[in-house]
Amino acid sequence: MPLRLERQEHISSLRLATVPLIAIAVTVVVGTIMFVALGHDPIRAFGIYFIEPLTDLWTLQELVVKASPLMLIGTGLAFCYRANRWNIGAEGQYVAGAVLGSSLALVTHGTDAGPWVLPTMLVLGAIGGALWGLIPAFLRVRFGASEILTSLMLVYVAQLGLDYLVRGPWRDPQGFNFPQSVTFDDVAIMPLLFEEGRLHGGIAIALVVIAVATFVLGRTLVGYSIELGGSAPRAAAFAGFDEKRVTYGVFAVSGGLAGLAGIIEVAGPIGQLQPSISPGYGFTAIIAAMLGRLHPVLILISSLVLALTYIGGEAAQISMRLPFDVTRVFQGTLLIAILAADVLVRYSVRRVEGAKHA
Amino acid sequence: MLDAAILGAVLASIVAAATTLLLASLGELVAERAGTLNLGVEGMMIVGAAVGYATAYGTGSLILGTVAAVVAGALLSLVFAGLAVWLAANQVASGLATTILGLGIAGLIGAPFVGTRLDGAPQLHIPVLTELPVVGEMLFGQDAFVYLSLLLLALVTYGLARTRAGLVLRAVGENPVAAHALGHPVRKIRTLAIMFGGACAGLAGAHLSLAYTPFWASDMTAGRGWIALALVVFSAWKPLSLLAGAYLFGAVSILQLHVQGFGLGVPSQLLSSLPYLATVVALVIISALKRGQGAPAGLGVPFVPDR
Repeated sequence: MPLRLERQEHISSLRLATVPLIAIAVTVVVGTIMFVALGHDPIRAFGIYFIEPLTDLWTLQELVVKASPLMLIGTGLAFCYRANRWNIGAEGQYVAGAVLGSSLALVTHGTDAGPWVLPTMLVLGAIGGALWGLIPAFLRVRFGASEILTSLMLVYVAQLGLDYLVRGPWRDPQGFNFPQSVTFDDVAIMPLLFEEGRLHGGIAIALVVIAVATFVLGRTLVGYSIELGGSAPRAAAFAGFDEKRVTYGVFAVSGGLAGLAGIIEVAGPIGQLQPSISPGYGFTAIIAAMLGRLHPVLILISSLVLALTYIGGEAAQISMRLPFDVTRVFQGTLLIAILAADVLVRYSVRRVEGAKHA
Repeated sequence: MLDAAILGAVLASIVAAATTLLLASLGELVAERAGTLNLGVEGMMIVGAAVGYATAYGTGSLILGTVAAVVAGALLSLVFAGLAVWLAANQVASGLATTILGLGIAGLIGAPFVGTRLDGAPQLHIPVLTELPVVGEMLFGQDAFVYLSLLLLALVTYGLARTRAGLVLRAVGENPVAAHALGHPVRKIRTLAIMFGGACAGLAGAHLSLAYTPFWASDMTAGRGWIALALVVFSAWKPLSLLAGAYLFGAVSILQLHVQGFGLGVPSQLLSSLPYLATVVALVIISALKRGQGAPAGLGVPFVPDR
């Protein structure tokens, strides 16, 4: 084989830091090709897609609003992926959290329930997501069923359950037959951080979660046992770390944070339950976690980058009539580019002379 | 007499629904026997559906549409192969990336065709045989994809078990290091297996958009690619068991439609979730009974020669 990958023993952190940059550069190249293929001037398209949203205070706030669920879910997924557990059903856990949390908003609707409603909803949201996440964990620990496939199947089940609720028992009777719940009362709505604008309390929660997760993953025994269990399961077993407990733990954390993100979205920017409460946050957060190299602070940054693909996608939809799928192409390309760039930085590609073509 | 006609139609529709799953899971089975877990099936299937539909709509030829779908599925699978085989990247993440990309590309290709319709692949009609009560339509009145899927099943079964190429492919999946030491080009073989899987997923997509539901909708695969992945586990990596699994799941997805039609007062969403719940239950039962038996030993492990 003429080309060979050789693992580098010592990689400078500077070199590792180039990975996201390379990935973004590759995505720009692919995006250019895509825009040209769709018959658009790529410079104008990139301007509308990636630059204009950054020049306006309103869209900048919207960027943070869209990034916060990605931060929450992505940080949770970092726990799973560090432990080498593949939860790819965060989208379902997001929906489950939104549904359980909203149940309280609907029960207390129209009563003079006090300010305890919203905090309780948030707790219920986290519990709902955690319980939904614990199903694949249980099936994996107890029966050895692939958590990849079971967590994914449960996404469809959760979405259909939400669909049933908002078209059936939870439908707003005064809603002109639209499939949606009543609009939540004020005590069940996320407060805004500033009087004007779009930034809501959920963003503060996301920042706290990132700070706590950074500490837990980087500085505690729990974080170490997760890391060790993922990279060297046998060593972790000898060290006395219980693999089953880690599996349950990381699924509970990632499901709980996804559920929290779900209830924050519903009680925040959306304000009611609808058949669709996520533009694919649960899947995009997987990319946010990978692009952020499973580190909470870097996930914060990568979530902002990915939120830009949503905001830019909406802008391009309106001003260029480009379909939403452009966003998916960008997100998919970004993930592919990260995976490739990661390998190329960790390994050096050597030419092997005299070998025949593979 | 009427009941026999209904039963015949139900059986025929089960076969049609199962064919998409059988095609996609056959391809994935080959890729997994070579040691690669390809989570890109859903993406390759939807790209096949979109490219197949666009081509058939533009040229008026279902055959050209099918060929284009197969090529498109195989081309997209090269993205996965490049990452997972040649760069030895994580297979789960690579497959997922391929699916996300595939969903996006399919949406872009299909956007101009929303709301259009095609004349789908014709069903065979053999005098006398197709008119047999109950089983006539099921056995002799299907579209070409159904017979193609059965032919492919026979070829894969024979090829894996009885040919030298099949033996090498299985060796690569079981023990890539040993296969490499014997001089087999592990990465090349895995790439070919993945491309076969991509081609099959593309064909499954073509079956969806050209025969099963001859129109385009951006979410028309609806998780069938993931169910196909689960079916491979369900079959314990044996092609013939795949046939049983695909038809069982075809039956679940058709029967839930018919139960909805009866209006039993059961929420339609609950019934719609049955195929997904059935997949979870099947995975649990199979895992509980076999505890990973049958999985190729090298499945999911990247291979880097001469480390």
